[in-house]
Amino acid sequence: MGLTEYQVVGRHLPTENEPNPKIYRMRIFAPNEVVAKSRFWYFLRQLKKVKKANGEIIGVNVIHEKRPLKVKNFGIWIRYDSRSGTHNMYKEFRELTRADAVKSLYQDMAARHRARFRSIHILRVVEVEKTEDIRRPYIKQLLEPGLRFPLPHRVGKARSTFVAHRPSTF
Amino acid sequence: MPLDSNFTRFVEVGRVVLLKTGPYAGHIAVIAEIIDHNRAIIDGPTTGVPRQAFPYRHLTLTSLAVPKLPRSAGSGTVKKYVEEAGTVAKWESSAWAKRRAAAEKRRTLSDFERFQVMIHKKSRRDKVRKAVKAAKA
Repeated sequence: MGLTEYQVVGRHLPTENEPNPKIYRMRIFAPNEVVAKSRFWYFLRQLKKVKKANGEIIGVNVIHEKRPLKVKNFGIWIRYDSRSGTHNMYKEFRELTRADAVKSLYQDMAARHRARFRSIHILRVVEVEKTEDIRRPYIKQLLEPGLRFPLPHRVGKARSTFVAHRPSTF
Repeated sequence: MPLDSNFTRFVEVGRVVLLKTGPYAGHIAVIAEIIDHNRAIIDGPTTGVPRQAFPYRHLTLTSLAVPKLPRSAGSGTVKKYVEEAGTVAKWESSAWAKRRAAAEKRRTLSDFERFQVMIHKKSRRDKVRKAVKAAKA
């Protein structure tokens, strides 16, 4: 299941003291609109004195990737609650869309740290445009000019369960 | 990059690949850009394969490569280079492609056509045997 990037806009309900409340906009990565709205309220009530009970959502829009066929390098800043404390992290991903990069971030965090969706806050997702600005060696190695590598150990499909010869894997 | 390698087929920009699965299975395409260790952007403007990300698991590297293809070239540029190198013609004339085409043809034959193939093979066998017999005598 992939993620989608949403723009959620909301505000506090108008009151007598504040007839024109400030409007807040967030870019949220979520599997669907319902989760996006929920995450919007979750973050907004941490940042501002606005709750779902006294606020309203003005609009939810999907943000589409401008060039979904261009390979980009994304830098993602996150805040992550581990079992023993809170950590900030910066990771890099090479993907086609921002939403894909965030999806691989969640997968990566789940794999390396057993982190769940609820324990990760995406702080910032930025496309790193210059090669020299890439910090992580695992992305750097893919950017060197004239990159080529073989695909060793390819296991083909055997015709039957029992065959006379061992498969050739190269 | 170690230039001397025992491998002959590499994942590289310009490598011609044969797709194994998906709606374009059996078509060839060209690697336009490497995404990571698992996927590449492939493009086949002359073979009907739209530009897309494709995992290496679902493709086979061929011995053909489009020389000097620039990295992340657009479909138009890829088309120009592929036509210049005559890649599609080279693929069609390769033994691998011919064998694939023959196998595909055999699969579409009807029962009667399979029977005709059997008769043709029998007559060929007959001629060969007679020729061998004549040569031995």
